[in-house]
Amino acid sequence: MVSSPYFPLVVLFVVALGFGLAPLGLAWLWARFFSPRKPNPVKNSIYECGLVSKGDAWVQFRSAYYLYAIIFLIFDVEAVFLLPFAVAFTGLSAAACAAMLVFVLLLVEGLAWAWAKGVLTWA
Amino acid sequence: MAVDQDLKIELGQQGVFVTTLQELYNWGRRSSIWPMQFGLACCAIEMIATTMARYDLARFGAEVFRPSPRQADLMIVSGTVTKKMAPQVVRLYNQMAEPRYVIAMGACAISGGPFKQGYNVLKGIDRYIPVDVHIPGCPPRPEALMQAFITLQKKIDEQQLTGENRPRFLNENAQGEFPVPEPAEHDLEPPSNPGVWNAPVVIR
Repeated sequence: MVSSPYFPLVVLFVVALGFGLAPLGLAWLWARFFSPRKPNPVKNSIYECGLVSKGDAWVQFRSAYYLYAIIFLIFDVEAVFLLPFAVAFTGLSAAACAAMLVFVLLLVEGLAWAWAKGVLTWA
Repeated sequence: MAVDQDLKIELGQQGVFVTTLQELYNWGRRSSIWPMQFGLACCAIEMIATTMARYDLARFGAEVFRPSPRQADLMIVSGTVTKKMAPQVVRLYNQMAEPRYVIAMGACAISGGPFKQGYNVLKGIDRYIPVDVHIPGCPPRPEALMQAFITLQKKIDEQQLTGENRPRFLNENAQGEFPVPEPAEHDLEPPSNPGVWNAPVVIR
């Protein structure tokens, strides 16, 4: 095993592991044996910037919010494309304008579909 | 046992460094006081200035402002504590891990300051939590906050690890919970923590 070319790597790995774990272990031992624990309900409660936390952390968000966020994201990205398009508009060929029009219309179609489905109605 | 000071200096001149576990322990604690990142009023601006390049609190090992009480050692009560805010401050102090220290910064935090007569202002945070260093001033200058830091470091340096006078965090029997006041009809309930603060008696 010692003759293996990978043996130094194993040694280095073990040393690296010990280098990381030894301080953690020492800190744990120190805390375990030398620091008296003083737990109490206020100390162990959920940290909420000093306020008493209300309800559970595992709250569920409405799926409608997810759809809303997706639609927002699409138009957010569209704005990124629209800006260079507007800047270079005078120098663009008709084909480029048509391509951009198709791109925008596709997104508008998606919006119209979402609207028709009632996604934009928040209730 | 503490090393004789003269012997220590003499050994130091010969290149021998002598220390005790207590000195090492206190040196480690006083050189890494991490304050909690929270400000209450205008004193917080001076606190921020203290951490910045001109005053550079990092020289005292206290530049790491922690956004969570779980990682903080020091609470700098920097500003007016309103009765609305006091329960939160006391709860945050409770949520800090031992050992924990408090600097009451500015006239408001130590006594209510210019708002002392106000119906909604707590007349000093030391009514609920044990304050280690009080700094007057409205607001105190960054130098004053650094002075408070040095005072706190000196205080930590003198703490005994064993014996009757050992600090709270080393004492199994000492209480670790400080009751959080609740808003009541006219005042906070209780109006103060008798284990920490008692109304001064006026002797005429």
